[in-house]
Amino acid sequence: MTDKTIIIVHSGDMDKVYSALIIANGALAMGMEVSLYFTFWGLQRLKKGGLDKGPLSKMNMLGLGKWMVKRKMQKVGVVSLEKLLQDFKELGGKILACDMTMEIMGIKKEDLRDDLITEYCAVGTYINEARESTVTLFI
Amino acid sequence: MSEIKVDCTGETCPVPLVETRKALRKAKEGDIVEVVGTHPSSKKEIPMAVKALGLELMDVQEKDGIWKIKIRR
Repeated sequence: MTDKTIIIVHSGDMDKVYSALIIANGALAMGMEVSLYFTFWGLQRLKKGGLDKGPLSKMNMLGLGKWMVKRKMQKVGVVSLEKLLQDFKELGGKILACDMTMEIMGIKKEDLRDDLITEYCAVGTYINEARESTVTLFI
Repeated sequence: MSEIKVDCTGETCPVPLVETRKALRKAKEGDIVEVVGTHPSSKKEIPMAVKALGLELMDVQEKDGIWKIKIRR
């Protein structure tokens, strides 16, 4: 059996989306199968042009904190969320989008980056994957 | 059989690990992938990935903060 990881991306905060994608890519690199389940605020990040639009989870200070952290990240050589997402797809990662969130927030398929999304689904798909995963996280 | 070089000098987490995996996926059986980098943790984590993937770790070297890892697919 291949080891599997599933991560619920509930938060849309920039730093937390970074955590989710870094862990996901690390797991793929180490030979695991990985699914990311985007729901609620996390799903906003799959909107066209929305990937790095999230605030910093702490000390955002109307965007000033985020700007400072982003600048520091660039200095240290941290890659962009877009690069992490492209690598995630290239290494065979799956992206699941919560269809209930879409209804609640009035998000349509055409608002989302449909080409990246493997499946539109709900809790049943998450549990189905989680029950055979050795790593499950809620971010 | 060919040798594939991956330069991750100056890159930080998770790039060296991810780029190593990308190169290994593209490599054919018997090919050698050589990764060069400076991110300290990757020097011990790339060998962990190699083990998890069931591949052969041929060599790990470090000089002046630059490490070089050789893997056979």
